[in-house]
Amino acid sequence: MSELLQVSVIVGILTSAIRLATPYLYAAIGETFAQSSGVLNLGVDGIMLVSAYASFFVVLHTGNLWLGLLAAIIVGLLMGLLMSFISVTLKAEQGISGIGLYMFGLGLSSLLFKTTIGTVKTVTGFQPVKIPLLGDIPFLGKIFFNQSLLVYGAFLLVPIAWWVLEKTTWGLKIKSVGQNPAAADSLGVSVDRVRYVSVCLGAILAGIAGASLSISLLNLFQDNLTAGQGFIAVALVYFGGWRPVGVLWGAMLFSIVNAFQLWVQVLGVKIPSDVAIMLPYLLTIAALAITTNRGRQPAALNKPFERGES
Amino acid sequence: MPLEVNEKTARTHRIDWAGIFVNLLLPLAGILMALLIGAIMLIILKVNPLTAYAELVKGAFGSASGITQTLVKATPLLLVGLGICIAFRASVINIGGEGQIIAGAIAATWWPLTFRTWPGWILLPTTLIVGFAAGAAWGFIPGILKARLKVNEILSTVMMNAIAIQTMNLLIRSVLMDPAGVTAGTYLAQSERLPEQVWLVRLVPQTLLHAGSLIAVVLAVLVYIFLWRTTLGYRIRAVGFNPEAARFSGINVPFNQALALTLAGGFSGIAGAIEVLGVQHRLLEGITGGYGFSGIVAALFGGLHPLGTIPASILFGALLVGGDSMQRAVQVPNSLISAILGLVVLFVVGSALWTRRWTAKRQIAAMKKGEGQL
Amino acid sequence: MFKRSLVVLLLLAVLVSACAAPTAAPTQAKAFRIAVVMPSATTDMAFSQSMWNALVTIQKEMGGEAALEIKYSENMFNVPDAATAIRDYASQGFDVVIAHGSQYGSSVQEIAKDFPKTTFAWGTDVNTFGMPNVYAYTAAAEEGGYVNGVLAAKLTKSKTIGVTGPVEVGDAKTYIDGFVQGVAAVDPTIKVSKTWTGSFSDVALMTEAAKTHIAAGADILTGSSQSVVGSIGAAKDAGNVLWFGTQQDQASLAPNLVVASQVYDWTGMLREIIASNKAGTLGGKTYTLHLSNDGLKIAYNSGYALPADVKAVGDKAIADIISGAVKVEP
Repeated sequence: MSELLQVSVIVGILTSAIRLATPYLYAAIGETFAQSSGVLNLGVDGIMLVSAYASFFVVLHTGNLWLGLLAAIIVGLLMGLLMSFISVTLKAEQGISGIGLYMFGLGLSSLLFKTTIGTVKTVTGFQPVKIPLLGDIPFLGKIFFNQSLLVYGAFLLVPIAWWVLEKTTWGLKIKSVGQNPAAADSLGVSVDRVRYVSVCLGAILAGIAGASLSISLLNLFQDNLTAGQGFIAVALVYFGGWRPVGVLWGAMLFSIVNAFQLWVQVLGVKIPSDVAIMLPYLLTIAALAITTNRGRQPAALNKPFERGES
Repeated sequence: MPLEVNEKTARTHRIDWAGIFVNLLLPLAGILMALLIGAIMLIILKVNPLTAYAELVKGAFGSASGITQTLVKATPLLLVGLGICIAFRASVINIGGEGQIIAGAIAATWWPLTFRTWPGWILLPTTLIVGFAAGAAWGFIPGILKARLKVNEILSTVMMNAIAIQTMNLLIRSVLMDPAGVTAGTYLAQSERLPEQVWLVRLVPQTLLHAGSLIAVVLAVLVYIFLWRTTLGYRIRAVGFNPEAARFSGINVPFNQALALTLAGGFSGIAGAIEVLGVQHRLLEGITGGYGFSGIVAALFGGLHPLGTIPASILFGALLVGGDSMQRAVQVPNSLISAILGLVVLFVVGSALWTRRWTAKRQIAAMKKGEGQL
Repeated sequence: MFKRSLVVLLLLAVLVSACAAPTAAPTQAKAFRIAVVMPSATTDMAFSQSMWNALVTIQKEMGGEAALEIKYSENMFNVPDAATAIRDYASQGFDVVIAHGSQYGSSVQEIAKDFPKTTFAWGTDVNTFGMPNVYAYTAAAEEGGYVNGVLAAKLTKSKTIGVTGPVEVGDAKTYIDGFVQGVAAVDPTIKVSKTWTGSFSDVALMTEAAKTHIAAGADILTGSSQSVVGSIGAAKDAGNVLWFGTQQDQASLAPNLVVASQVYDWTGMLREIIASNKAGTLGGKTYTLHLSNDGLKIAYNSGYALPADVKAVGDKAIADIISGAVKVEP
C-alpha cells in the first residue's frame, strides 16, 4: 500500500487524471449550459460518437488536425440543432428525445465507420505540447504543462464558462430562462432562442469532447468509442451543481479515483479488480452525499416552455 | 408532466378509446416519418427500401416465430416500463434500469442455485420475490439518497448502473461461475444452468415465449389499480403532478419519491429475474439487453400509463424484432437499424406536441360543455 | 381528420407492399451457404473479426460468392435476438449456421433439435450437447499466450511487463494465464502486472491502463479484447514499448512495435466442417484451435526486427507445446 504514496506514483495518477477528465470536462460543461437554460440533453454520448468519427475521418484523409476539430464542431452543431428543434420547438419529452438522439448517434457513427473506414486505424493526433517555463517545474510541470492542446482547452474552458455564466448578460439570460422562463419571456427574452443557443453550444462542446478522444487522447476510432462516457458527463453536471467549477471538481474526483484504481491494480494491491473499478462511482456518490453546497437545480429543467403555461 | 392521459376519464373510470386511438396513431405517424428517412439511408446503401420494410413487417408479425419473439422482447420492456410509469408520475427520472435489472438477475440466479432442492411451487414464486426485492433495493439506494441527502437521482442511478455491472462481473467470474466452465478450462462468463423446476414454462413450443409475458400483463393491471385505485398510488401521482400542492396537503414528498424509485427498481428487478428464469435459464453477460433504456422509451410511447405501456411495448418490440429480421434479409449493418430506431424515438416523441394540443383542445371543449373540471 | 386518414393510408400502403414484395431472393444454385451470428462488430480487431476474416478467406478460396454465400448478423449481444437470428437463418435453409459467441450455447441447444439437416457450429466452448448436428469450437488461447510470454520475457529490458485485460473470463483469462506462465518459464523474477478495465469496449480506460503500466516501468505490453487497440496506441505514444497481440494480427496498428500476435485461424476448421457437411456428417465433434493443428498461429511482425536468437526460443516454445513437452494450463 505504501508504494502508492511514492511521488512518482502520485505524479502518474494526476497526469492520468488530467487526461481522463478532458472529455468529461468538455461534455459536462457543455451540458451545464444546456441544463442552465432548462433543457436536459441525454444524447451527449451520441453526439460525442458522431463527432469523434467525423473528426477522425477528416484527419485520416487530410492529416489536418484543425480541420478535424472543425468537423467535430460542425457535427456537434448539427446534432444540437436537431435536439433543440425536438426539445424546444416541438416541446418533446426531453429525457426520451435525448435517448433517441443517443441511439441515433450510436448507430450512425458505427454505420459510417463500417462503410467508410471499415477497420481500426490510427492517426497522429494532437500531441502533447510543453508549455515553456511552466513545463519545467518539477512534478507539477509534468502533470499540468505537458499535455495536448485539447487537454489545455478543456481546463481553460472552466474559467471561461464561469465568466460567461456569471458575468455576461448572455449568461444571465441563460440562467433566467432556466429558472423562470415565463418571467424571462415577459421581459422580452426569447426563451426559445436562448435555449437553442445553449443546447447547440452544449452540443458543440460535446463534439469537441468526442474529438478529444479520437484525434487527441486515443488517436483512433472504434465502434462505441465513448462506452457511455457521455452519460457520466451528464451525471457530473448534477454533481457540480450547475456550476463550471463544481463540474471541474466532479470530473477531477472521478478521474483521479479512476487513475488511482488503475495504479492500485498495476502495483498489485490485493483487491478484486471489479471492486477497484467501482471506486470512482462509489466515491462520486459518497462525495455528493456529504456535500452541503448543492447548487440550485434550474427550476424549469426538463420542462418544455409554452407561453400561457407556467 | 405529460398530458397524454386524460385525467378526467381516469377518475371517472371510463376507458378513453378516442384518446388511446390518437395516442397510438400519432406515434405511428412518427414511426412512418422516421422510416422515410431510413429509406433514404437504405437507398444510399443500395437496398430497396420497400423490400427492406416488407421484411421488417414480416419479421415482426409474419410468422409464429416473429410474433412470439416480439412478445418475448416486449415482456422486459413492459416490466421496466411499468417501473418507469410509477417513477415518472412521481416526477422521478429513473435511468437506473440497467443496474436494477442486473440486481434482480443476480438474485434470481443465486437464490435457486442455493436452494436447488426446493420444489418448483415454492422456488419459483420466492425467486420472483427475491428478484423484485433485489431490484427494489437497487432503486431504494438512490431513492433514500434523494430523499435524505438530496442527491440527484440521475447522478446516483448512472453510478449505480456501473456499480451493478462490476458487481455482476465479480460474481460471475468467481462464486457464480459455471463449474462446468472451470473444469473444461473455458471460464465462460456465465453462471450454472438453473434447476429446471424454476424455469418459466414455455408457452409455444420451439419458441422462446414463456409464462413471464403473462406475469408481466398481470402486473401491468396491478400497477394500474395501484396508481389509480389506492391512496398510496394517488399520493405518488399527486407528487408528480404538483409537488408544492402535494406538500401543502400534507403528503410527504421525499418519502413518496423514494418509494416510487424503489418500486421502479423492483419492476426492473423482476424484468431481470424473468429474463433469467424464462429466457436464458442462467445468468450471463449481456443479460440486460439494453432494456433499462429501451423500457423508458416503451413507457413514454405508452403515455406513461401502465395499460398503455402494453401495446407500446409490443409495438417497440416489433420494431426491434422486425429491424433485426430486416437486417438479416437485406444484410444491412445492424448499426443502421439502431440509427433508424433512434430516429423513430425522436419522431414519435416530437409528434407528441400534436397529441397534447389535441388533448388540450378536447379538454377545453369538454369544459365548455360543462362536463366538470380538468 | 385529414391527417389521420393520411396516416392510415400510408400504413395500408406499407402493408400492401409487404404482401406484394417477393418473399426472398432465390438462392444461387449449388452455392454453399453459411450464416454467422456474432456478438460484436466484424471490425472489432478481435474475436468477431477473426471469424469474419476466416469466412472471407474461405469464400475466396472456394471461388467467390457464387460458390459460397455468406450472411451475417453482428453486434448480437442480446442473446434472445441472436437466438432468433440463428433460428431464422436455419429456417432459410443455410447449410451451416455459426453461433460465434459462448453466450449462444443454450440457444443452439434448443434450436439444433428443430433443424436436423442444418449444421450448427458454436464457440467458444467444448459442449456439443451430444447432438449429431452440432459442432463446438474453442481456442486454446493459453498456448499462444505462453509463446508470447516467452518472447516477451526474452525481450524485456526493464524486467517489467504490463497486461491490460477487460474482464477476467473466457479466452481473455486463458490467454493471460498462459502468458504469465510463459514469462515465468524464462525468468520468474520478471514482474508481470495485470489490470482489468471491467469492460470489453472501454478504449479510453484501456489506454490509460496501458499508460499506467508504462509509467510504472513496463516496456512490453499485452492484452485482449477489442478495446486493446487503445493499449497499442499507448505503446505507440511511448515510442519504444513493444506489444504482443492475440485473436488477430495486430501489426497494422503499430508496424514497428508489434512483435508478434497469436492469430486465431478458423479456416482449417471451416474447411473441415464444409467438407464433412457435403459428405453427410453434420456435427458431433469439438474443434480446439491449437498450435499443433495450425488453428493457432504466431504471426511474427516483419516490421519489427526480432533478434534471431529470441525467435529461436519462441519457435522452440511452439515446438515444445506441439510435441507436448510443455503443458500450458488454461
